[in-house]
Order: sequence, then structure tokens, then C-alpha cells
Amino acid sequence: MDKILRIDMGAAGGPKMKVEDLGQYAGLGGRALTSAMIAAEVEPTANPLGAENKLVIAPGLLSGTVAAMSGRISVGCKSPLTGGIKEANSGGQAAQVLAKLGYAAIVLEGLAPEGKLYKILINKDGVKIEPADEYKMLPNYDLIDKIKGVYGDKVTCMSIGPAGEMKLSASSIAITDMEFRPTRHAGRGGVGAVMGAKGVKVIIMDDAGLKNREPKDPEKFREANKKWVEGLRSHAVTGQALPAYGTNVLVNIINESGGFPTRNFKTGQFEGASAISGETFADIETKRGGNPTHGCHRGCVIQCSGTYVDKNGKFVSKQPEYETTWAHGANCGIDDPDTIAMLDFLDDNYGLDTIDMGAAIGIAMEAGIIKFGDKEGAINLIKEIGKGTYLGKIIGSGAAIAAKVFGVERAPVVKGQAMPAYDPRAIQGIGVTYATSTMGADHTAGYCIATNILKCGGFVDPLKSEGQIELSRNLQIATAAIDSTGMCLFIAFAILDQPETFQALVDMLNAFYGLSLDADGVAALGKKVLSAERDFNKKAGFTAAHDRLPRYFYTDKLPPHNKVFEVTDKELDSVFNW
Amino acid sequence: MKAKIKLFATLRNGRFDVAEMDLAEGTTILNITEQLEIEKKDAAILFINGVHAELDSLIREGDDVAIFPPVGGG
Ligand code: SF4
Repeated sequence: MDKILRIDMGAAGGPKMKVEDLGQYAGLGGRALTSAMIAAEVEPTANPLGAENKLVIAPGLLSGTVAAMSGRISVGCKSPLTGGIKEANSGGQAAQVLAKLGYAAIVLEGLAPEGKLYKILINKDGVKIEPADEYKMLPNYDLIDKIKGVYGDKVTCMSIGPAGEMKLSASSIAITDMEFRPTRHAGRGGVGAVMGAKGVKVIIMDDAGLKNREPKDPEKFREANKKWVEGLRSHAVTGQALPAYGTNVLVNIINESGGFPTRNFKTGQFEGASAISGETFADIETKRGGNPTHGCHRGCVIQCSGTYVDKNGKFVSKQPEYETTWAHGANCGIDDPDTIAMLDFLDDNYGLDTIDMGAAIGIAMEAGIIKFGDKEGAINLIKEIGKGTYLGKIIGSGAAIAAKVFGVERAPVVKGQAMPAYDPRAIQGIGVTYATSTMGADHTAGYCIATNILKCGGFVDPLKSEGQIELSRNLQIATAAIDSTGMCLFIAFAILDQPETFQALVDMLNAFYGLSLDADGVAALGKKVLSAERDFNKKAGFTAAHDRLPRYFYTDKLPPHNKVFEVTDKELDSVFNW
Repeated sequence: MKAKIKLFATLRNGRFDVAEMDLAEGTTILNITEQLEIEKKDAAILFINGVHAELDSLIREGDDVAIFPPVGGG
């Protein structure tokens, strides 16, 4: 991982590539690298879909090694959804494969001429860029089928669906999993639209004939990885709950806590929660011959994912994540797993962020375009996007735009990005993260649910404002560092509770790169990432006024606890004071 | 007095999802988990009426008690 591949998609005479040394970016990976590059190379006021923006794709520092859980990839750009810096993080096979191919980053630059579409092929022999007009407007699953016919199923793809080609601001980049299905998505912030603007339909990567990356100190690395895996296996969440039920195990507990946003964030409990819970999904998958325990990439030992099949045992989609189940379920008043799985498939197929899609449909329901609970109606709305109708384009642009067009003022968004599956009035800590994250409303940026609800890393009362600033600050710093390693964020449950497991991670980094990082060094990395991102956003025009929740979260009480968001503006403005 | 007891995830195995229980005054969540042979470490997250509770929290008439093992996601 000692080179950077830059492709100017707008070069005269067709795309032009060059391979560079790491230079000023040496020692960076994942989010640290994407954010450093965007901050250094993209004009903050640039048009996100213009020639000045760049799309940076970077595996983490430990990707491509035997380190368990190290297969997460970061996709960075200036976001067409938020207007700020973006890092969308995803699983799938791409991080491992790209790292083994030796690239710390792929950078797509410039602007493809209108109507041109390309595919990029990368293998051990080099890089080829070819026209891909035959793939125009193909949904992701159809695209991957075609690619399979030509390149086999041992390659890995990053692709956009019709939503990305139409440059919709909630479009995603799909990444294939171990079964060569486009089920994993860099979902948030419209990264697919930026890839679409660059005229790249798909990046096909082949690591055939390549070995894992070798650590500086193999002995110490092996030892640390062993402790790492042991730590993950012995923790109750990463060793048992996540493998058995997936992230969807949260439905019941978040519903119980009164923070499960229902029908466009009107109440905090959904009467249909049990029908869409992780327990129910696991049951259905087991009975129908699906699979409730499955990893999204080689080397995942937690395996939170699964495979959802229909009554006849036929593949429908991956096991929908908690966020998706909530977005298309409770938030739309829908309590049917089959409908949710179908919506998950359609989102993946057209290349859309499931969170912003569920939120946008919730808005359409509030506007009376369809009724809450209308399963067919929800499916049809997503299909409209696939057809490229004006209604579809509005939904595909995400909740903030849909709310404006449909005249709905209660839009659960921050910096233009839809809130995920936790109401900040009942879980105040996550509200701090939503408000202040450089990414817009994003739960992963500082997952206060761990400590507010799940009692990981201690306990801070979710219904009170005390302690939330510090909690969110510390988690945002830690997350920025973890997102740079290539590690899946779900390791956080184990490292928050088990100091020796955190140490094993630090030891792996040290053994791999010959460093002597300690906990402070890890925190310093996280702060550096956040500072670069904050700085970019400031120059892009963001002020303290953007670090707020929509007004109704301060005025409209959320049943059953009848709380509003109570963290003060002054407190919010202190999150990044370190 | 009567209270509703709800179990989740692995705690349901060999037990129940939800049960209406007849309890003596002064019953705590710990009394319930002991009666159901749930180990302390497995009763990790507790709610009474949607508010976080502890093992020694008292259960009152009509309460809705939820008991979760350690879980996570996101
Ligand atoms: S725990 Fe889940 S999200 Fe994380 S790497 Fe494994 S399968 Fe992917």
C-alpha cells in the first residue's frame, strides 16, 4: 500500500492515469487519508458535482493484512448532500483487495464529458480504463451479473446504480461481498453521485496472484492478532449477540427505551417492533433456509450480517441492517420483514442510501402522498427512482429535499443528511453527535447509544443532558481513529469494555508499521482527522448554527417519555474544544 | 400485584417472550432473574417502563419490566 492511483476523468483525449508515491500522505489510511486529501486538494466551496471535487477511495491502515475485521473502506469527497466533507465507510471485499493490490488510495479527479461512462480494471499487471456504455443505467445486481459473465466471480466491484448515474444526492457506491453480490454500500452523503459525475460506472479489482501485506514485525503482529480475535470472541456483544441476531437486535431495546423513531419521528415506540425485531428476522432466516450469521468480507470474525430469503428459499437481499429495518419499517409504519427486505434489495440495486430513503418515504407519507404503513406504496416510490421519474428523483435526493418539495417542515435532518434510527429527544447523547458531526446526522460518527442505552463503556443516562458532550466528544475522536485503521466500528463494543483488546489493536498497528503508538497517539490521530474535517466545513461555509438539531426537536415532546432535546447551544459549541 | 415481564434475545431460549407475573410486594428485578435462573451477567440491560433500571430496582403494580442480555449493533 505504497502508491496512489490518480485518474483524471476529464483529461483531453480521454481519462489519464498516473501512479504516485504517498508523499505527504505517508502513514495515513482510511478516513484519515480521505479527509486529509479532500482537505488539502479540494476547494471547500467547490461544486460537489463539478471538476474541482475528487472522489477518494482508501482502504484502512490494516486492510489487506491478516488482521481480523480490517476490511472496511473509506470513500471521501465533498458531499452533494451536505455540502461538507464526507467519509462514507463500508464493508465488502474492496478494502482487502485494493490494499493487496498496493494502493493506499484511488483518486478520481476532473469531470467526464457528459454522457461518457467508463469502467476501471485493476489487477496485478496494472490499470485499464475502458468505455462502459453497455452498462448505462444498469442496476447494481444486473451490472454484477454482466461482469460475472466477462470477468468471473472472483473479482471485487465498486459500482453505481441508476441513482448515481442520475447524480441523485442520496446515491451510494455498492461494494460486492464474498458471494459477489452488490450488498455493501458506502451509503451516506451521495458519494454515488460524485462517482457518477466522474463518469465511472464500476471499478473492477482482481487480487489474483497477490499475497497479504506483510508486517514489519510478523511475530508480534501474529501475537497481537491472536489476542485481538480472542477479545472479540469473548465479549458478549461481538462474540454472541451480533453473530446471532445482527445489528437488528437493537429494534427491541431501542423501542423499549422510547427512542425508536416512529412515523417520521412522531413517537418513540412502534407497536409493530416485535414483528421486525432481530429475533424475528433470525427466526425467519433460519426457518426458510437463509443464514443469520454471515460476514461482509473475508476476515470478519463478528459476522453481524446474514442472508434473507423468501418463502421458497430464494435470495431476496442481505439481512437488512438495523438502520434499514428502522428506516423502511418503524419510520414508515411498516411492520413486515418481507417488505423491508425487498426495499433493502431495491435500494441496493438502484444504489441508494437506505437511511435517507426510509426518511424520505416517511416524509412522503407525512405529506399524504402515500399513507403510513402502505407497503406497496413504499416499494413503488423506490421503483420510481429506478424509472428516473421526477417523483423518483425527488425521493432519491433524500429526506431534506423531499421535505422541501412536499411542504413538510418536520424533516429529521442535520446538514441536509437524515437522522438514523435513534430519536435524540429520548437518547440525548446521540443528539450531540447528530448536531456536531462533520458528516451531518450520522450515528456512527460518535455512537453514544453504546453508553446511553447498551451500557458499554459505562452508563450515561440517555434522558438527561449531563455528560453527553464529553461522551460524544470522546466517541467522535475514537471513531475517527478507528475509521482510519480499516477496522469495522463494531469492534468498539469490545474495546470500550476490555482494555486488553484495545491494546491488542494498538499492538497490531505498531507491529505492522514499526511504530510506538500509545492510547494518546490514537486519540491524537482522531483529533487530527476531526480538525481537518471541521476546518474544511468551516471554509465551505458551515457555522455554529449548522451544529444544531432542527427546531422541532427542542419544542415538540416525544412520547412516551415526553422529552425534548435539552443539550444547550453553548454545550454543543464546546464539543470540539480540546 | 401483577407486572409484565419481557425477555429478549438469548434470554428467551427455554423461557418465554413475555409473561404476566403475580408478584409479592417488594419484589426486585433480581428476584425475578433468580427465579428464572438468569445469571447476573446475562441480565445486562434492564428497563422498567422504558427507563433504565438496576437489578435491585423495586417492581410496582402494573410495571412493564424488560430484561436484555448484552447486545449491540448500529
Ligand atoms: S461485523 Fe458486520 S459490518 Fe462489521 S465487518 Fe463483520 S459483517 Fe461487516
